[in-house]
Amino acid sequence: MKPCAFEYLSPQSVEEALELLDRYGDQAKILAGGQSLVPMMNFRLARPEILIDINGIKELEYIKTEDDELVIGALTRERDIEQSPLVVEKWPILSKAISFIGHSTIRNRGTIGGSLVHADPSAEIPTALCALNGKVKVVGPSGDKILEPEEFFLTYLTTSLEPSDLLVQVRIPALPQKTGWSFTELSRRSGDFAIVAVGILLFTETAGVCREARISMGGVAPTPVRAEEAEALLAGQKITEKLIAEAAQQAAEETDTEPDYHASAEYRMEMARVFVKRGLQEAWNMVNGGQ
Amino acid sequence: MTDSRRIMVKVNGVDYERWVEPRRLLVDFLRADLELIGTHIGCEHGICGSCTVLFNGRAVRSCLMFAVQADGADILTVEGLADAAQLHPLQEAFREKHGLQCGFCTPGMLMTAYEFLNENPDPSETEVRKNMSGVLCRCTGYKQVVDSVMEAAQQMRHK
Repeated sequence: MKPCAFEYLSPQSVEEALELLDRYGDQAKILAGGQSLVPMMNFRLARPEILIDINGIKELEYIKTEDDELVIGALTRERDIEQSPLVVEKWPILSKAISFIGHSTIRNRGTIGGSLVHADPSAEIPTALCALNGKVKVVGPSGDKILEPEEFFLTYLTTSLEPSDLLVQVRIPALPQKTGWSFTELSRRSGDFAIVAVGILLFTETAGVCREARISMGGVAPTPVRAEEAEALLAGQKITEKLIAEAAQQAAEETDTEPDYHASAEYRMEMARVFVKRGLQEAWNMVNGGQ
Repeated sequence: MTDSRRIMVKVNGVDYERWVEPRRLLVDFLRADLELIGTHIGCEHGICGSCTVLFNGRAVRSCLMFAVQADGADILTVEGLADAAQLHPLQEAFREKHGLQCGFCTPGMLMTAYEFLNENPDPSETEVRKNMSGVLCRCTGYKQVVDSVMEAAQQMRHK
C-alpha cells in the first residue's frame, strides 16, 4: 500500500526541529531512519498529517567519548555504531546487540534514537541500554532532561516523551576493565523480532567472584526489564554452575510475559531462563576464563 | 493533496530533476517517474528486500524511503551495475550458478551483495548466508544464491 498524504518538513538544525515540534506537536511525527515508521505509514496504521524529517540535522550524527562516557547522537545509524572501532573495543555488547537488528540494509538507515523512541519491548537497543545503565537526553519546551531507561520506557511502544520533545543523545557509562558480557537472542529466522533478547554484563575484581551482575531482558515484558533479584543472587558471590542456574530461574520469574502471535507466555518465560543461563555462562567464561 | 517538491537526484550517473509529492516512495519514483523498472516492489514494508538500491553507497530498501529524501543523493540501481554490454561479475555469477529462477528478487539480491562484497571481498559462506538473509527468494532455496555470491567474490578478487 501507499502512505496517506502528509505535509513534509525538513529542519536542518535541532533548534528548527524544536520550533516545528512546538508548533505542530500532536499532529506531527518525526522521521528518522524510518525503518519502523514508514512500514506503518505504508500500511496506513500511521497517518501523520505532518512529517518532520530530521535526516538533514547533521549535528545529531556522531559517536564520541566525554569523560569516559560513550556519547552517541540520536540520528547515528545503527550500522555506524555496530562498526565503530570505539564501540567494538570498549562497548562490544552494544555492537553485538545491534548486529541482531533486522538486516544490514535496515541497519544502514535505522538510527539509535529511532529505535529507542519506538520502544518495541523486544528491540535490541533498548535491551542493551538497560544492561549498560545508559541514559537518554531529551530536549523540549520544558528544557533538557536526562532520563534513565525506567523513566523513559513506559509500556509497549510508549515512552515518556512529550509531543514537543526530541530525543537528541544517548549516553553510556564506561565499563570496568574486567567485564564479561553476552548478548544473545532467540528469533525464528535471521532478522526477525526477538522472542527473547538477553544482555548480560558481569564485573569482577577477585578471581572467581562476581562483583556486580546485570541481566537485561527484552521481549518478556511491556518494556525491557532488568532481573534485579537474579542480579542480587550473583553479586559478591563465587560463581558456580549451580548459582548460574538458580539466577537464570529467578530471572525467568521476574518476566511479565504475555502470549502473542510469535510465542506463548510460558514459552517466552522458559526461553528467558535458557537464554539468561547461556548468557551468564558465556559472560562468566569471558571474564573468568583460564582462572 | 500536499504540495510537490522539486528534487535533484543522480541515478546511475545521470542527473534528474523532478517534482514529487512528499508521500511518493523512492521505489515508486524510480519505477514510475524515472521508468527504471529494474528495481522491484515486493512487500512494500521492508521485509522482502526486492527494492534494495544503493543510496549514497549504502544498500537500503527503497520502499522505506520517500523520494523527497533523495534530494541531492547519488543512487545506484540494478540498471547501473553492468558496464554497457559487459555484465557485472555479480550478474555473470548469478547467470553461471543459476542464482535466479523467476528473477523477481534478483535486483535486491544483486544490490545487497554488491554492498556486501565491497565491504567484505573475501567472505565465508556463513557470512554470505547471514548477509543475504535480508532478501527473500521463493524459487531457488537460496543454495544457488549463496553459490553465486561466493563465485562473484572469487571473480572480483582476481580482477
